[in-house]
Amino acid sequence: MMFHQITLTVNGSLFTVMVAPGDTLLEVLREKLGLTGTKKGCDTGDCGACTVLFDGRPVPSCLVLARAAHGKEVWTVEGLSGDPGFRRLQENFVNRGAVQCGFCTPGMLVAAFVLLRTTPRPTEEEVREAISGNLCRCTGYQKIVEAVLAAAAIPEGSRGPDQLSEGGDPANG
Amino acid sequence: MDKRIIAAGTAEAENRFRRVGKRVPKLDAWEKVSGRTQYIHDLKLPNMLHARILYSKYPHARIIHIDPSRAEKLPGVKAVITGYNTPEIRIGFLNDNPVLKKDKVRQYRDEVAAVAAVDPDVAAEALELIRVEYEELPAVFDPGEAMAEGAPLVHAKKGTNVLNLPWQFSAGDVEAARENSAFVVEETYRLTWVTHCCLGTAGCVADFHPNGNLTVYTPTQIRFLAQRDFMKVFDALGLRGKKVNVVQVKAGGAFGSKLDTYPYEYITILLSYYTGRPVKLVFTREEEFFATPGRQPAIIKIAQGCTAGGQLTFRDVKMILDNGAYTSWGATTPTVMVMPVSSLYKVPNIRYEATCVYTNNIYCTAMRGYGNPQITFAIESQIDTLAEMAGIDPLEFRLINANTPGEVTPQKFQVTSCGLKECLEAVRAGIGWDEKKGRGGGRGVGVAALLHVGGGARIYRSDGCGVILKMDDFGKVTVLTGATDMGQGSETVIAQIVAEELGVKVTDVTVVNSSTDTETWDVGAHASRTTFVAGNAALRAARQAKEKILAAAARILKHDAADLYLEGEQIRSFSQPGVRLELAKLLRQMHFAGGGQVVVADYFYDPPTEMLDRNMSGNLSAAYTYGAHGVEVEVDRETGQVKILNYVCAIDAGRAINPMLLEGQLEGGVAMGIGYALMEELKLSNGKVLNPNFLDYRLPTSLDVPKVQSVIVETDDSEGPFGAKGIGEPPAVAAAPAIANAVYDAVGVRLRELPMTPEKILAAIEDKS
Repeated sequence: MMFHQITLTVNGSLFTVMVAPGDTLLEVLREKLGLTGTKKGCDTGDCGACTVLFDGRPVPSCLVLARAAHGKEVWTVEGLSGDPGFRRLQENFVNRGAVQCGFCTPGMLVAAFVLLRTTPRPTEEEVREAISGNLCRCTGYQKIVEAVLAAAAIPEGSRGPDQLSEGGDPANG
Repeated sequence: MDKRIIAAGTAEAENRFRRVGKRVPKLDAWEKVSGRTQYIHDLKLPNMLHARILYSKYPHARIIHIDPSRAEKLPGVKAVITGYNTPEIRIGFLNDNPVLKKDKVRQYRDEVAAVAAVDPDVAAEALELIRVEYEELPAVFDPGEAMAEGAPLVHAKKGTNVLNLPWQFSAGDVEAARENSAFVVEETYRLTWVTHCCLGTAGCVADFHPNGNLTVYTPTQIRFLAQRDFMKVFDALGLRGKKVNVVQVKAGGAFGSKLDTYPYEYITILLSYYTGRPVKLVFTREEEFFATPGRQPAIIKIAQGCTAGGQLTFRDVKMILDNGAYTSWGATTPTVMVMPVSSLYKVPNIRYEATCVYTNNIYCTAMRGYGNPQITFAIESQIDTLAEMAGIDPLEFRLINANTPGEVTPQKFQVTSCGLKECLEAVRAGIGWDEKKGRGGGRGVGVAALLHVGGGARIYRSDGCGVILKMDDFGKVTVLTGATDMGQGSETVIAQIVAEELGVKVTDVTVVNSSTDTETWDVGAHASRTTFVAGNAALRAARQAKEKILAAAARILKHDAADLYLEGEQIRSFSQPGVRLELAKLLRQMHFAGGGQVVVADYFYDPPTEMLDRNMSGNLSAAYTYGAHGVEVEVDRETGQVKILNYVCAIDAGRAINPMLLEGQLEGGVAMGIGYALMEELKLSNGKVLNPNFLDYRLPTSLDVPKVQSVIVETDDSEGPFGAKGIGEPPAVAAAPAIANAVYDAVGVRLRELPMTPEKILAAIEDKS
């Protein structure tokens, strides 16, 4: 089997890895770089669980051949967690019950993050459209949609509206 | 916000609780939004191998010969196993399913061989080198044909395809009631296969240690029953005195799919044994579709009658279930289906009979509702027809017959709390029923009620949950629970219950469900039982801990223990606000004083219930959950498309321990119910799954699922923890009949098969005109 060397930027760091012809970007992220936050739900681009930011666009990483990622910039849930906008989404997903089993969550967050970068004040329809390629079997999507809308309603630079944030307790006697 | 809580029968003030009843975020949510949660797909052990399974190419065939030699020679392959080079292990509760098939295959997904190799690609390549010679046998795919004389036998030794599981129940005199009814309807409903579609596919890691003990990492819903099941491997291998530790891995969805143990787990265990290395097996999406047992299909012949005034007189149900080739929990869904047959509404005369039949189709297991969505589709669709015959509004008809608290049903269920009428009224209000019913014009409204177990279900000889609670020197609490969190949030609910009792922060409670080595026994995450059973166990352990703490505080403070209570991480006095002691300080004093004492409590809670007797009677659950779904639809007469305009899901939850997580169950359950009603179908042709992918098996997306109005009715159940009842399954139970009834109201066609696709609706509209 012919292996190829590719170099790509993932979460701001440069990596050089050897890949086989059939390897996908998803496999590089998960198997070679240990970034298991990006999930494999179907391997055919139908479920959205493996969505990453690929040169600024939300892309199912299972459909990107590793060789096509050479020279590209990739952001995953692990790297995006440092971004204030992504953090606001995470807080709202947590505080508004948008997470159940959590398997679709990283891909869902990436899809929502890209939406809010291009459409900072989306309508409910726009949110539903933006995440329509990301399947979720647990939540019925409602709390995910509410979380994205709530994250969008927060002015830049401020902390979330809820007091129930990380480690929070609504009823600390 | 479309969120309401109706207190039905509780006089207590809303402010009675400080942690229970609050919208506490899930304790594991931050791990999940950060991508840190380790699912089975993410688990790696040192020196681990990867396994793949070779499946049958025929639905029914004799295995003449298996030649693994070429696969064995492939570099990187460490073991190839078949039914011929391993001891036989039979699984399923009727022991009819050998984990590796020998002599004969009985369904397309039958496991014929398996490989462990250094990576998954090598394992997959090796599968292609295994040569299997088959002789095809005549097969049977229709349960009716399978029951006929001379049909091919799926299990020849049994001499029949009919399973020896005579599910029967009767009460009263159905024939006399039928004679005396003013109106009678008799119909047949047909339900097909659907499947769980967990976003995270199934998988496990098995690790046979050098000392002969076994660790299995798996996202199971039943780690203690799985532990017992996996011990079969020791018997098969002749190992004595060894131990299984089942390690609970976070599930990427479960919904009943992980309620049994399956061949792939035993195969992975065997491969670990023969290689002496940890072995991992993870399903592809295609395998998840065809090799994960789905929801049980059913052919339901049902008749019901009522008086001129609309009182139900009888219900007569005869069902045939296509069991597929082997027996998992699908074959036991009649034990749940009998529940709404006997006890949804007040029906004095009942007859029920279910027959399970082997075929060469795929076999089935539990899936959210455990048979209840199938039977409730039939019952609740037909109720509308009966109401129409009697000239009574369908919602009124349901109110006339609604169950009430204190009732003992024909199946001997003791109904304690019951908010069915409140749920129906919530649907009336939320849908705008009185204005919208019968308006026509392509729009329609529908309602359907449901009943499910809400206080556990004694389908096993113990329905218990064990818990160990300990406190550290700093006032933090650890709860080791036998219960399993599949993502629904039971860890958070248990933490709220314990925090309420001990007066600490919810986030100061760590709930651990990690392994059979660590926790005490629990029957599993099924029957919507975890909040009720595990919650009651945790509450009682917390009470014991509280008593120990207050007794110690009373000694130190020289104060009457009865005047002390826990709140705000302090011991406080009811009568003297000045008397306060920090909980953490007290715990350290207890610990380090002479004759030291640490606070540990344990409890095993097994609900006060009965197993069903030979007539399927007995008080199966310690509480019953009622609910009603209401929906407004628009049906396009040109395309047959159904658009959902409004949806109300009202559930009598007893008490909402966490309204936010409860709404999450309602919204997610309704979405699954809508998929079942309108979209989802696992298509089988001569036993083969034709659509094993998300392109051809359409799962509801964010564009298909409407905003759901969740209505939580609180009836404060006397046995439930803080009054709570189980609600995991009910939201998925009554969507299909509610939508079917709304479609009828909109365009006047009655669909008796699921899914109600545009093609079927269009055909029905054309038939009618």
